Amino acid sequence: MTALLDSVLAGLALGAVYALVALGFVVVFKASGVLNFAHGSLLLFGGYLVAVLHDDLGFAGALALAVVATAALAGALDRLLLQRGDPDPRAAHVQTIVTIGVDIVLLTDLSRRIGGDLLSLGDPWGDSVTRLGPVTVADSRIAAIVVSALAIGAVFALFRFTSWGLALRAAAEDTEAAALMGVRLTRVRTLAWCLAGALAALAAVFLASFPAPGLERTTGQIALKAFPAAILGGLASPPGALAGSLLIGLTEALAAGYQSELHVLGEGFGDVVPYAVMVAVLLVRPTGLFGAKGVARV
Amino acid sequence: MSERIPKGAAALLTALLLCAPPFYLDAFWLRVGLFAMAAAIGAVGLGLLTGTAGQLSLGHAFFLAVGAYGYTWLAGEPGPGLPPALAALLAVLLAGAAGGLFSPVAGRVRGIYLGVATLALVFLGHHVLLTADSVTGGFNGRSVPALTLGGFSFSADGPAVTVLGVPFGAEERLWYLGLALLAGTWWTARGLLRGRPGRALAALRDSETAASVMGVDIARYRSAAFVVSSMYAGLAGVLLALAFRRVVPDYFGLTLSVDYLAMIVIGGLGSVAGATAGAVFVTALPLLMTRYADQLPLVATPGTTDGGVGPTEAARYLYGAAIVLILLYAPDGLHGLVRRVRARLRPAAPARTPESLPATSAVRAKEHTP
Repeated sequence: MTALLDSVLAGLALGAVYALVALGFVVVFKASGVLNFAHGSLLLFGGYLVAVLHDDLGFAGALALAVVATAALAGALDRLLLQRGDPDPRAAHVQTIVTIGVDIVLLTDLSRRIGGDLLSLGDPWGDSVTRLGPVTVADSRIAAIVVSALAIGAVFALFRFTSWGLALRAAAEDTEAAALMGVRLTRVRTLAWCLAGALAALAAVFLASFPAPGLERTTGQIALKAFPAAILGGLASPPGALAGSLLIGLTEALAAGYQSELHVLGEGFGDVVPYAVMVAVLLVRPTGLFGAKGVARV
Repeated sequence: MSERIPKGAAALLTALLLCAPPFYLDAFWLRVGLFAMAAAIGAVGLGLLTGTAGQLSLGHAFFLAVGAYGYTWLAGEPGPGLPPALAALLAVLLAGAAGGLFSPVAGRVRGIYLGVATLALVFLGHHVLLTADSVTGGFNGRSVPALTLGGFSFSADGPAVTVLGVPFGAEERLWYLGLALLAGTWWTARGLLRGRPGRALAALRDSETAASVMGVDIARYRSAAFVVSSMYAGLAGVLLALAFRRVVPDYFGLTLSVDYLAMIVIGGLGSVAGATAGAVFVTALPLLMTRYADQLPLVATPGTTDGGVGPTEAARYLYGAAIVLILLYAPDGLHGLVRRVRARLRPAAPARTPESLPATSAVRAKEHTP
């Protein structure tokens, strides 16, 4: 029973962090129709900044600066590279592949800087644990759940209550109509990219803190596991991303926790279980759990 | 297609030129060429799927792995130990069957969703390669048995062969095998693209609804495109395995899939020649940069640790930047670039050939909006 609770808590923490990453995918996709393959390296960029700066600025200062810098980088990427092409909806495919190129450059540079090192982020919770009744939880996990919940709540509030959120939803619904109503599409889009960048930097902190050994050059690859989470929920749906992330986090933690029972499937099956879940869901619902079925007109 | 030189003569000249390298170049260059040829075969397959049918696939590495491991297992010990030529054929069919098994997803899931769904294939496949020790050899992989065809061995072990005073080792022999396979790939892929299937797939890409109204069976064509593309990938996998002489799971990761995507994008979507050019570029770039690292400015020689940019990294920078720049300034890739230059050089060019059209529409075509 304790083992089950342990796994569930670990899964929730993992799911919360995936949700930060997946929400970034969803926001960008909603605003621009682009699947951002550079998200993983943006995440690594944020984490790297925190790792480098926390000695001088303290953890909070470094985190704040990293969030702002990553947001700025993501915004610049969108404004300077992606928005140059024609605004044709077909161009979203091409832009998706541009982000792959950006990812290669950024990732090469960051891995060259990080090398084989494990960088500590200097986070305040370290490896301390808290006892909650029968189970012991790492403080970093509690922090991950709490901070993610706050950040996700803030993003949902942004969507719901601000004029930017309204503009974003309008633009996602019908780009042309939104533009005619006076929505400044480029600005809405760039802000969405900034938001995604900020979320990625935040997620990096939790991906690199206890029980993970620290920030390494492969940390950005974890963003790839948020792909299934975003797809599962339906790429254009923020609540879907949240549900998908929790589902992926829980299955992964449970598969890792009950590895001995799942031995038939091979060692390390927990790492690939998100993909198996995703394929299973897509078989039943090709546009994800919360994805709307598009109506096509000829 | 030049108007002045007859088509047949141009093809013959190209064929002769491609047959010459084993007599003049050393093994390094032949290996570069071999990898490029294998990549070209795979890229043509992916071009058919992504460029022509408009289905984004990041799972190409998986099908390459099926081809490579399929051949290794079928022809080797432990394994059935079939005659290598038969094993190669079966490996290609096996890759096609793997693509067919994925068709319930490939036939229904669209666009970017399909791209991420195929991502699953790479990760699940990698997991299987690592865990199924008895078939795949686990983390360390297995060595690849040499291909023999009617008593002739495509490796250095068989009886020595000397042609015109040049000793033919494994590289020289495999060069001609690769060339033959590449020619076959070109011939079949161009036939497919120009014929009814190619037109159906292009119609499907441009508007699914319109295509289905015109009588294209959408799910069937989408699955078929996936199967055919997987078979090309399987063939490329077999050739790669023969060139490497050892297959390891880590080679067939996501990076490889992304490389293939980059090849067809750099080359120009929807064109066989473009896919080949992209494959040569992406494959040869890192190999050449590593080889000539000491002569390049700003690049450190391998093994030094003064924090400079190593050749592999320099190649990655250049490669990433090439993807971005080509897509920003020439969204229809090298193929489109060549065509535009040619059109400028010959202002009074005759009407464009039909097969040049889909490449532009892959990027530029607009959705019909009422």
